[in-house]
Amino acid sequence: MSPAMIEGFLFGLIAVMTLAGALAAALLRNLVHCALSLTVTFAGLAVLYLSLGAQFVGLSQILVYIGAVAILVVFAILLTHGAGALPHLFVASSGWRTGWVAAVVVAFVFIGALLRSPLPQSSGPVPQIAVRSIGQALMGAYVLPLEIVAILLTVALIGAVIVAMPTEQGESK
Amino acid sequence: MTLTPYLIVAALLFALGLGIALTRRNAILVLIGIELMLNAANLNLIAFWRFGAHPEFMTGMLFALFSIAVAAAEASVGLGLVIAWYRHSKTTDLDQMTRMKG
Repeated sequence: MSPAMIEGFLFGLIAVMTLAGALAAALLRNLVHCALSLTVTFAGLAVLYLSLGAQFVGLSQILVYIGAVAILVVFAILLTHGAGALPHLFVASSGWRTGWVAAVVVAFVFIGALLRSPLPQSSGPVPQIAVRSIGQALMGAYVLPLEIVAILLTVALIGAVIVAMPTEQGESK
Repeated sequence: MTLTPYLIVAALLFALGLGIALTRRNAILVLIGIELMLNAANLNLIAFWRFGAHPEFMTGMLFALFSIAVAAAEASVGLGLVIAWYRHSKTTDLDQMTRMKG
């Protein structure tokens, strides 16, 4: 096998793993199983980022999504007693047929549009981006977005704690 | 590899996230669907950065980094809201979630 064929085979494997995780999250009944299949999707996306040459973003994806968001989702499921399966309840909402039709239509529209677009088919060599240059860009040209994101994260942290804090009424119930 | 397979994977992932957000009953799973849609957008950003004309400017990659940070903030606030709503009404079922006034 040529290296290009091996590369294509590995890409297909990772893509199928990523999409299968998302599909399992859409269809599984137990919420903890949904969260674990979501972790598979996040890991597959991290591998795709690494294969595209974005090492820093791939490792950030592993740290933020697998390390923080997935754990947060599992904690929220356990805190809301969602782990116990409710077999008598239908897991999909009342308008689920319309929802899936909308999702399939969106998928066909996107894929049809991008198959007709003139996309750059040839790629140059894999760009070698050092973490040093990312840091210099963040502290130089992108310092204003960086500060805004820092303020946003602080506000979101305080806001999440205040929203989830038990009130007097909540404790009395 | 070319750009098109990555964009097809991102489109399918976006559609799956949209399907989760529109069809599941549980509010936590709707948040998961929104996260999947954001991840699909990030994959598009990284793919266009890699196959674009000037990858040395790092624009798409840094955009994806900021997008990951915003998605983390969104997840924390959303899950905090779900927990507050659960404490109020003892359910996370969206079909019963008709009012948020305490």
